[in-house]
Amino acid sequence: MATSLIGARVARKEDYRFLTGAGQYTDDVALPGQTYAVFVRSPHAHAKIKSIKKDKALAARGVLAVYTGDDLAAAKVGGLPCGWLITGTDGQPMKEPPHPPLAQGKVRYVGDHVAVVIAESQSAARDAAELVQVDYEALPAVVNASKATQKGAPALHDIAPDNKCYTWALGDKAAVDAAFAKAAHVTKLDFVNNRLIPNAIEPRAANATYSRAEDSYTLYVASQNPHVERLLMTAFVLGLPEHKVRVVAPDVGGGFGSKIYLYAEDVVVTWASRQLGRPVKWTAERSESFVSDAHGRDHHTVAEMAMDKDGKFLAMRVRTTANLGAYLSTFASCIPTILYATLLAGQYTTPVIYCEVTAVFTNTAPVDAYRGAGRPEATYVVERLVETAARDMKLDPAEIRRRNFIKTFPYQTPVALMYDTGNYDATLDAVMKMADVTGFARRKEEAAKRGKLRGLGYCCYIEACGIAPSNIAGALGARAGLFEAGEIRVHPTGSVTVFTGSHAHGQGHETTFAQVVADKLGLPIESVDVVHGDTSKILFGMGTYGSRSIAVGGTAIVKALDKIIAKGKKIAAHLMEAAETDIEYDKGVFKVAGTDKQKMFGEIAFAAYVPHNYPLDKLEPGLNENAFYDPTNFTFPAGSYVCEVEIDRDTGVTKVVNFSAVDDFGKIINPMIVEGQVHGGLTQGIGQALTENCRYDPESGQLLTGSFTDYCVPRADDVPSYRLDTRETPCTHNPLGVKGCGEAGAIGAPAAVMNAITDALGIRDLPMPATAETVWKAIQANKKAA
Amino acid sequence: MHAFNYHRPSSVADASKQAGAGADVRLLAGGQSLVQAMKLRLSAPSDLVDLNAIAELRGIKSDGKTVTVGAMTRHAEVAGSADVKKAIPALAALAGMIGDRQVRNQGTIGGSLANNDPAADYPAAVLGLGATIVTNKRKIDADKFFKGMFETALERGEIITQVSFPVPKRAAYVKFKNPASRFAIVGVFAADTGNGVRVAVTGAGPSVFRQTDMEKALSSKFDPASVANVRQKADGLNSDLHASAEYRAHLVTVMTKRAVEAAMK
Repeated sequence: MATSLIGARVARKEDYRFLTGAGQYTDDVALPGQTYAVFVRSPHAHAKIKSIKKDKALAARGVLAVYTGDDLAAAKVGGLPCGWLITGTDGQPMKEPPHPPLAQGKVRYVGDHVAVVIAESQSAARDAAELVQVDYEALPAVVNASKATQKGAPALHDIAPDNKCYTWALGDKAAVDAAFAKAAHVTKLDFVNNRLIPNAIEPRAANATYSRAEDSYTLYVASQNPHVERLLMTAFVLGLPEHKVRVVAPDVGGGFGSKIYLYAEDVVVTWASRQLGRPVKWTAERSESFVSDAHGRDHHTVAEMAMDKDGKFLAMRVRTTANLGAYLSTFASCIPTILYATLLAGQYTTPVIYCEVTAVFTNTAPVDAYRGAGRPEATYVVERLVETAARDMKLDPAEIRRRNFIKTFPYQTPVALMYDTGNYDATLDAVMKMADVTGFARRKEEAAKRGKLRGLGYCCYIEACGIAPSNIAGALGARAGLFEAGEIRVHPTGSVTVFTGSHAHGQGHETTFAQVVADKLGLPIESVDVVHGDTSKILFGMGTYGSRSIAVGGTAIVKALDKIIAKGKKIAAHLMEAAETDIEYDKGVFKVAGTDKQKMFGEIAFAAYVPHNYPLDKLEPGLNENAFYDPTNFTFPAGSYVCEVEIDRDTGVTKVVNFSAVDDFGKIINPMIVEGQVHGGLTQGIGQALTENCRYDPESGQLLTGSFTDYCVPRADDVPSYRLDTRETPCTHNPLGVKGCGEAGAIGAPAAVMNAITDALGIRDLPMPATAETVWKAIQANKKAA
Repeated sequence: MHAFNYHRPSSVADASKQAGAGADVRLLAGGQSLVQAMKLRLSAPSDLVDLNAIAELRGIKSDGKTVTVGAMTRHAEVAGSADVKKAIPALAALAGMIGDRQVRNQGTIGGSLANNDPAADYPAAVLGLGATIVTNKRKIDADKFFKGMFETALERGEIITQVSFPVPKRAAYVKFKNPASRFAIVGVFAADTGNGVRVAVTGAGPSVFRQTDMEKALSSKFDPASVANVRQKADGLNSDLHASAEYRAHLVTVMTKRAVEAAMK
């Protein structure tokens, strides 16, 4: 092929099936003898369960079974595990309270699982669920993390009477305190990173079946990582051997992190499928998603930046209280620590940084990774602080950044990470040009004539993708590996099936991964299919989260491709009667160096499977290779965003009028898919800044924002037409030079928006989301002050 | 959704008879509120009397002085009607702002009025224009129709058949939307009827109401400046996650100004 498929805007192969309704989601899977599960959930934020009476529900028409926590305990079903052990500043391991799939003795948040009703139909199960009689003794509840650690706050778990899971720290406290003592100026902010509810378009779902013939289980589940789901469920909860459990995550309609975790429902339907000898399906209703999917963010932070007289950063000090919710979700513990504090250097040379995090249990849904996972929180801290520091120091916000940018790579930060490459001036230069920053004063003046307050804000973010390597992560407490696996199966006629441990739920892997393979093998993209999401097809996989798929999963595929090509060279050498070292390979063509002899990839594949003329004494037939790849470092996408807002003085309504984003994702495989990812990420970030806010009633612990009428996900008309561009510093430690792009927008946008709003209003800070009323009140307060 | 008995009468008389048959019988119009509540199991009627097969309840008529809209006329039909756009453009615009495309193609004016959601749009137009609600039993003035949150003057078995709107000199509806639900946090319908000024406010209180101070101020001069300093009291207004009573009160003034401004264009 003449042109490279890498870097091409190839239309997504998967879209035909998605757009024509041919997608196959978990809820579409209908098995013979299907039964339906409905969960009885706690209406209380905190209560003792005095008794549960099942008899009326069991007597209802169509009901097959009702199970409670006692039934699971009797069957020795274990609790849901946490995948990352954090060790506190006191040297003690974090508190890991039991997390039973169905509550035992106590419920700890509204939506907590109390019982499951399984029936012949979904409506019979729902009717019967209303007949399960639970006698609760309500207890006082606490939903705010800072309040939960105060004396006299209700304690959720016996092993954590102060509700603290851990207090953890990173950095040199003494050095930071010393730097602050010498500082010419200190900028300090105290803010909340608002709690978010993920809301993937496909609600969670699980459908499990047990085969008596094979003594094995199959679980269809809306998951981002079926192998991890299987590992956690078999090894920690059900005590089953992995080879007896197949987990299939078919088409999955979005995740944003919320489908990484092992959830109670998945475990319960799997266990119940054997009890009943029939498949058991559960699909969340939207109302259930709101109360029971793992939520995101929810930090309270006090952050300080120490500077010299020229605005050079000397030290940063950060104290964060993180709300973990009622139980430890699968990766909850590492989000406000390992994935947060390590990012606090941002794009800057701040020499010393200290961060202390207290993680707290509250009577709310568990909190875990949500698009960005720790990095949006860190970026918000750094970039709100830097912009405010610039205003304090009367410096241009771009200038203060440039004075502190990291310029030489590799760069070792004071918070454990080693950035391999980057060029922060390049993205900032580009975005300032794109956003026409020099024309802003004129636009502000023009807006004022229309009664509008116009503001401009920056955000220069960094993120760390493809969490790695496994041994270091293990030393930091990870209880799983962080590699990825890939397999290339070449068929006799030269078409290729690629098996990947990455999982696509909106990312377009079936296209990007196929582009990489088709490019390297010189095949049309139609000849390459990508298979993912089935533990019985894929050799292993760690799944998709943390923008790791192309950097880690893609590299595993490239390594398998290298093996295919290496074997192909041996076959080619034999066919062309040349020395293997004389075979040159480029995009599907094997050549004997210095001659016009060549063999095409298809000929090699055919020879491998019809080995009539083949070095059978030295080489196995067939052309099928796999590889595992464990990265040596994270990748570090970075970028610069400029947001411009206009605020209606009379109502406080904020409109994002311009948003310019220049990202450095390293090499890009498919720019169109990357743009889609950035659009989605920016929109979620703008959502956090302007509209989204999960709220619980502080007294009763009821979720107040439990539907789309009260929880505001941004719509198309809430966001502008984005201006996007990229700059490229290829990643130095993976063969494709790729970094990942899935979360960047959600990481960088909130600070850019809030910096613009505070600029427009001329105020220091404003809590997210900047709703119309919040902004209006700030305008009123400003008027009073003036 | 719980099970229920389903009826599909073809005349208002039959519908009325069936609707009066029991305490838990509900009329089904567009179903945009009722069916959602049933799906969430918040509402569990014993019987649904579906009005969708009654032809006489649909349609729009305009004679230059009055626009009459059949109770089962969809929002999209009102929004798209050339007659309504010509006679009362503010009414067509309001209908075009209700909910989303799906809601507008299914929801009906009669259903909206009978439900009297405190944040619904149609009540503002009905009260703001001083419309008459015609039922199978009587004619009800707008001023006497809306009784409180989800409460109207309708009796059991009474069915709205049509709504007649007097054509105003000029009018406009301005809506400050709840960003999540897109219902009105505050919606103001201001009308210069040619025979006085009416200002109806939806979303702000437990039910649509007339802002008489603003009506008075506008009656002397129909101009945004007339209401710029007329304050709505916050007492008794709705206060929720999305807007405090104080903020809603402030918005009543801002939206009234904007509605008058729009009506003058």
